[in-house]
Parts: sequence; structure tokens; C-alpha cells
Amino acid sequence: MLILALILIPILGALLVFALGQNQLRSKQLALAVALVELVVFGLVFKEFSTTGNLLLQKDWLPDFGISFKFSIDGISVLLLALSTVLVPLVILSTFKVAYEKSNLLYALILLTEAALVGVFMAGDLFLFYFFFEIALVPVYFLGLIWGGANAAKATFKMLAYTIFGSLLMLVGLVYLYSKGQTADMEALKASMAFIPSNVQGILFSLFMLAFAIKMPIFPFHTWQADAYSESSTPATMLLAGLLSKMGVYGLIRIALPLAPMGAAEMGHMVMVLGVIGLIYGSIIAVKQDNLKRLIAYSSFAHMGLMAAAIFSGTLEGAQGAVFQMLAHGLNAIGLFFVVKIIAERTGGRSLSALGGLSQDAPWLSVSFMIILLGSVALPLTNGFVGEFLMLKGVFDHSKLLGIISGISIILGAVYLLRLFQKTMFGEKQNADVVIADVSGTEAVVLFVISALVILMGVFPNCILEISEPASQQLLDYMAQF
Amino acid sequence: MYPIIALSISGLLTLFLGFLDNKKLVFPISILFLVIALGVSFIDWNAPGLYFSEMLAVDNETIIFGAVMLISAILILCLSEGFNDFEFSQPAEYFALVQLSLIGALMMVSFENLIMLFLGIEILSIGLYVLTGADKRNLRGNEAAIKYFLMGAFATGILLFGIAMFYGAVGSFNIHVSVIDEAYLPFFWIGCTLILVGLTFKISAAPFHFWSPDVYEGAPTIFTAYMATVVKTAGFVAIFKVLYSSFSAITEFWTPMIVIMVGASLIIGNVFAVTQDSFKRLMAYSSVSHAGFMLLALVGDNEGAFGTIMFYSVAYSLATITAFGVLMKVSKHRIEKGRPYEKIDLFEGLFKNNGFLAGVLAIAMLSLAGIPLTAGFWGKFFVFSDAASSGNFTLIVIAVFMSAVAVYYYFKPIILSMKKSDGVETVVLSPLVKLIFVLTTCGTIILGIFPNLLRSIF
Repeated sequence: MLILALILIPILGALLVFALGQNQLRSKQLALAVALVELVVFGLVFKEFSTTGNLLLQKDWLPDFGISFKFSIDGISVLLLALSTVLVPLVILSTFKVAYEKSNLLYALILLTEAALVGVFMAGDLFLFYFFFEIALVPVYFLGLIWGGANAAKATFKMLAYTIFGSLLMLVGLVYLYSKGQTADMEALKASMAFIPSNVQGILFSLFMLAFAIKMPIFPFHTWQADAYSESSTPATMLLAGLLSKMGVYGLIRIALPLAPMGAAEMGHMVMVLGVIGLIYGSIIAVKQDNLKRLIAYSSFAHMGLMAAAIFSGTLEGAQGAVFQMLAHGLNAIGLFFVVKIIAERTGGRSLSALGGLSQDAPWLSVSFMIILLGSVALPLTNGFVGEFLMLKGVFDHSKLLGIISGISIILGAVYLLRLFQKTMFGEKQNADVVIADVSGTEAVVLFVISALVILMGVFPNCILEISEPASQQLLDYMAQF
Repeated sequence: MYPIIALSISGLLTLFLGFLDNKKLVFPISILFLVIALGVSFIDWNAPGLYFSEMLAVDNETIIFGAVMLISAILILCLSEGFNDFEFSQPAEYFALVQLSLIGALMMVSFENLIMLFLGIEILSIGLYVLTGADKRNLRGNEAAIKYFLMGAFATGILLFGIAMFYGAVGSFNIHVSVIDEAYLPFFWIGCTLILVGLTFKISAAPFHFWSPDVYEGAPTIFTAYMATVVKTAGFVAIFKVLYSSFSAITEFWTPMIVIMVGASLIIGNVFAVTQDSFKRLMAYSSVSHAGFMLLALVGDNEGAFGTIMFYSVAYSLATITAFGVLMKVSKHRIEKGRPYEKIDLFEGLFKNNGFLAGVLAIAMLSLAGIPLTAGFWGKFFVFSDAASSGNFTLIVIAVFMSAVAVYYYFKPIILSMKKSDGVETVVLSPLVKLIFVLTTCGTIILGIFPNLLRSIF
């Protein structure tokens, strides 16, 4: 019942927010309330999960086709649900100081995205997964398009076209699996994997991989990302970078690996190489970026590459690290984009060369920016460290060469992120007469929560790692059969 | 059975309503007639039977298809608001022709005899030829009507020839008779080919689609919508019945033809739609591509094909009616050279002052593009799973690539409508029109979430 509530609350909330009309304040508060209720419901789900283990809910959907509303929650799902339900209220809260036109639509779309994300992370049926995977894109597309910048139409359409193309390829794979297995239940399909010839599995794996590689994105399917992140409106960018990209990683864990295991075994190494190429390539581009949003977009792209590589390393450290890093990266990406938004609002620019000396006027902004940045740089005792360390260990165990190359990215990460900090916060103020206001009110709340979580996750990583461990171990055991 | 009788009487009565002084009465009365026809069609529910010495069959399936077409017609006519602002319109004649042509459509879904199929197509088409040219002062409309008439008449001629061949081979017009002498098999093949050509012309599947862009563009939008929904639905059921009963013995003969038509329709429809700047021509090519999708369900011997066609027709009709409805309402506000402006850039900036219309249009386009949460997605899914069960993965791959192309042109109106320009002034909608848009849009979304509502009927 709680699982159903998890899906329905944001949907009904979205309808309510939309129906109540254009009153800015009411839309904001209502949307926040809905997102918080969702968080509370998730808390209850989590409580149930921690006492009884994996949860399951199954209802008829298309009985003649063997397709059902099957929601199942295991250790990995529950963490991503936590990520979604924690981050969405923060995203909503981060918009409180901005007066958006047609705000009811904006908040309704954010809540719809949450519903779709929650659906993806719980889906236990192939088509249910596909259904939510595709739906999640639509509200974010409109968020980016309607409230985006001058070139938003082009950039967001590029994103849409890329991702839909990928999803359609995945659909072919799913329909094939479904027609062979005569069921759409993911668990049931796993049992029939041994009967699908390995060359077919290779094709299936490529189809799935393309969809997720575009979504995450990993090299060479990343060209939509920087444009979409920099031109979309900030809420859309936050959702894209923080949550939607995680759907791609989650898809690897849920679909690409278990539903084409021989293909994954065969081509996994290639994906790892691509991931590591993306990691280094993204880092190098990020070093040269001048636009703040693009810089963070490329850093995000680099992190995604490492996650993909770690998942295919076939080690427990790699898988656990990737799961942990999904949470850490989601949190940090939203924090970074929020800081950039604050800077852009206060100074009217997103260009590194036109910024400087912000820490003089805005110490609290500077402190929280530092904490989140260090999380992304992977300094010990921040959340980034745990994930990166585990992932690098996994990649290294799989292949020494790839491990060493990935190690370089830590240095590059420090270079571009600290450069970002130095150029914005320190140095000469560009315009000495203008006093930059420090963070206050809701902004401070958002940044405080994010900073606190960055440190907490870094100090007590085991609380999180032990939740996902059984699920990761199960995946590895299953993969080891092939 | 009963709706055919009801519509025959009401169609004739409607003609005489033209003598009334108050032309405004024609609209509500005609809608009432259609609702009556819809109501009486359910008298035969769960009471299947054959009529007119096995000429027509009525069962639950034909009733459902009949209802789908009648409801489409009602929705479309409601959007017209009685043609009150058509300057030279003759509402009584239009309504009468629509009702009479619906008789043809109903015959096309319930025929048991190829003669009935031929009559049905003729009744449906002749009404449409006239309606296409309904706007007498519009040269484009006249051209479209002539084109449609000439090509349509030619296609029916071919169909009739095919029927004759069929008769020659089996000695009967009944579609269930297919025991044939080996010696007459060539007649049977020729008959099958020609009948298929005649019928695929009606649903504008490539390579018999050349009339559709011109006719769609020239006809008044309201009749374009009628053409795109009711005629398509009827045509598909007719094709299904012919292929799955008369010619079920020679599946391997007609499968390659259908495969080629599917491939051609998908590629031609989608690729040509990309470059269109007229919304109606875009929708015409989109209808070609959807014809390809629906034919894809027929490839191979699928048990589920009938259900798929029904779901797809409903999904497609709902979205198409909405799209044409929005076009009709918005284009009325921008008259250029005495004609409503129907290029895609009409929608530029629509979202700013007409959020409702822009939203409704966006959902219709998403459904046509087959994005989840809309009925269009499930339509596509059923087609793919049918095709997969008969092992046609090559066609599925073509269909998938073409769906990706389709995203491009279906999103064109959406992106334009979200543009931050001043755009269209506020369009005032009557409550009835609003209700229709709400119904079609909610229908699209509800079927998108619970496809089983419709799919479980068969």
C-alpha cells in the first residue's frame, strides 16, 4: 500500500498544484508540502524495508500480455528512492526565491518527474520500467524548454531526440525479450537468460547499452549534455544532472547486466574503456571551460564514465562504489548547480573570467560551495571519496591499466574544480561597488542540508553501503554464472 | 444493423432540415440523430447475427468499431459548432452527407459479402468527395475534390475488378468461402492483389498515398479530420476482414505485399513529413506512416491483430481529432488572403495566451509520436509485440528508426507553441469545444495509463 502511495502522492500532488491555479506562493508551498509528504512516506517504506527486507507489490495491468504493475524494492532501489525523495524537496526549495511565470505548471512538472523517477527505481516489470523511463523525460523536457534560456529550444530538443532514439532501441530489445520469454517480469526473465544464444545477447546488450549510455551519458553519446545542462532552466538542469542521469546507471544495473549477461560479459570491457575515455576526456574539457554550467556539466559527464566503468568491473567494490557514487553525485550535482544559479543571479554572469572575489561579500556561500566542491573532488571525509575510492579499486582489480588511467582523473578533478572555486570566490572583485548578498532564507536551508549530507555520507558511508550490499552481491553472483 | 437503418432515415430527414428558417437547429438535431444511432447499435450487444441473406454480420466487434466511428463523428461535428461561421455553408447538406457516409463506414466493418464491401466503400466515398469540395469558393478545395474523386473512382474500379476475380475463383462473394480449385488459383491471387490495392488506397498507405497530402490540405479542416479518422478505421477493418477471412488460405502470398507496403509507408510517410510546413500536409504524411504501423500488425497470422487495430484506431483518432480541432480553432483567428492560415508557424507563441490549447495540442502530438502515458504508446507497443510474435524484427527496426524521425516533426508544433514570442491572441472557446478537447485529451491519457480498459474487450 505504501508503495502505491509513493507513486500516487506526487501524481495527485501535481494535479492539485496545477489545478489550484497561478498563485505563486501557494503553488510553491503546496509543491513543497507534497514533496515532504512523499519524503515521509518514503521514510515509512524504508522502515518497512529495514524490518522485512525486499518489498513487492503486484497488480494486474495488461493480464492478457503478462504485463503487470510490479513494483519491487531491494537495497539498490531503496537508496535511489531515498535520493529522489530527498532531492526533489531541495530542488523545489531552491526555486523559492525566483518568481517563475505559470508557476503552477512548473511545480506540477517537477512533481510529475518525481513520480516517474520513483516509478523507474521501483519497477519490476520490463514495460513498467520503460514506461516510467520515458515519462521522466517529458516533464523535464518541458521544464527546460518553457523556462529555459534563449537557445533552450534547440538544446532541449537535441536532448529529447537523443534520448528517445536510445529508448526506442531499448524498446526493440525489450519487445524481443518479451516475445521470447512470454513474460515481462524481470525476475522471471533472468531464469530464461541461459537459453538465449550469446550472439543474440550481444545485440540485446548493445540495444540496452545505447539507451543507457545516452541517458547517463557516456562517451561518445554525450554531445547533447553540455548544451542541455547549460541552456535549460535551473530546476530542469538539477533534475537532469542529479536524478535523470541516475536512471541510466540504474538501468545498467537492472536491465543491461541481468537481462543480457553474456553480452555484458563479452562487451563489458569495451564499455569500461569508453567510460574511462569519457572520464579523462570530460575532465580535460572541464579544465578548459569558461562557462560555469558547462564546466559542471562536463565534470558530471566525467563522473558518469567512471560509474559505468566500475559497474562493469565485475567486482563488489566497483558495484558498491557506483551505487554510493550515484547518491553522492546526485547530491553534489544539485548543490553545484544551485550555487551556480545563485552566483548567476547575483552577478548576472556565468563566465569564469568575469567573476571573482565573491567570498569577500558572501562567506557562507563560499563555505558551502567549498564543502560541496570537496565532495566532488573526492576529498576523504566527504561523500565523493568513498564512491571514487571503491570504484577505482574495482576498476583497478579488473584491469591495472584502466585503473591507473582513471586515477589521473582525481588530479584533473581537483584541477578544474579548485580552479572554479578560486576564480569565483577569490581574487579581485570584478565590480568593487556592488555588494553581493550572501545566502539567506531558503537558499541557506538548501545549502546547509546538502553540505551536511556531503559530510555525513563521507563520515558514515557504511550506513549506506550495508543497505545495498546484499543486492550488489546478488547481482554479481548471478553474473558469475555466465 | 440498427444504426444503419437509423442513419438512413435520419440522413434523409436531415436533408429536409435545410428548409428550416432557423439553421441553428440543424446542428443539435443532427448530433441527436448520431447519438440515437450510437445508442441503438448496442441493442445487438451479445446477440450476434447475420442479416440480409448473410450479407452483413453483427457481433460485438463490429458494434465496437461502429461505436468508435460514430463517436469520432460526433466529436468532430461538435468541433464544427454547426458551421455557423462558414460563410457560404449549407449545414443541413453537410450533416446529411456525414450521416449517409457513416452508413457506408458501418457497412465496411460488418460486411460478410464482398458486394457489401463495395457498396460500403462507394457510399462512404461519394459523400466524402462532395464534402472535400464543401468550401465552394476555395479553388484548392475544388482541386482536392476532383483529385480525390478521380483517383478514388479509379481505386474502386480496381477493387471491383478484384472482387470479380475473386468471384471467378471461388464462385461466391461470401468472404468465408475460400475452398478453391487449384486451376483457379491465379484468379484468386489477382483478386487478392487488386482488392488490396483498392483498399489500401482508402487508408492512404504508400505507394497509394499520393492523393492524401493534397486532399487533406484542400478539404475544410473539419472534413479532413473526418477523413483521417472514420475512413481510416473503416478501411482497416475492411482490410483485416478481407485478409484474415477471404484470403487467409494464401497468407504467404499477400504477406510480402503487406511487408513492402509497411516499409514504404513508414519510410515515405515519416521522411516526407519532416519537410512539410503546412500542418495539414504534415498530418497527411503522418497518417501515411500510421497506416504503415497498423498494417504492420497484420503481417503474419496474428490472433491479436484485430484488438491491436482497434486500439490503434482509437488512439490515433483521439489524437488526430484534437490536433485538427486545435488547428481549426486557431487558424480561424488568422485569415490570410481570405483563407484560414494553416502553416505550422501558426502555432508560434500559442502557449503564452492559450495555455489550454497549447497543452492539448502537445498531448495530442505526444500521443501521435508514441510517448508513454499516452494511448499512442500502447498502440505502438501492441503493433511491435504483434510483429515480434510473427518474427518480423527487420520491420520493427525500420519502424523504430522511423519513430525516431517522427519525433522531429511531431515536436515542431510543440516547440513553436512554447516560443516566447507574442504569438496568437487569446482564442475564445465555447464550452462545448472545451468539453470535446477535455474528453479527447483525457481519453488519450486514461488509455495511456490503463490500456486494458479497451484492450480487454476482445
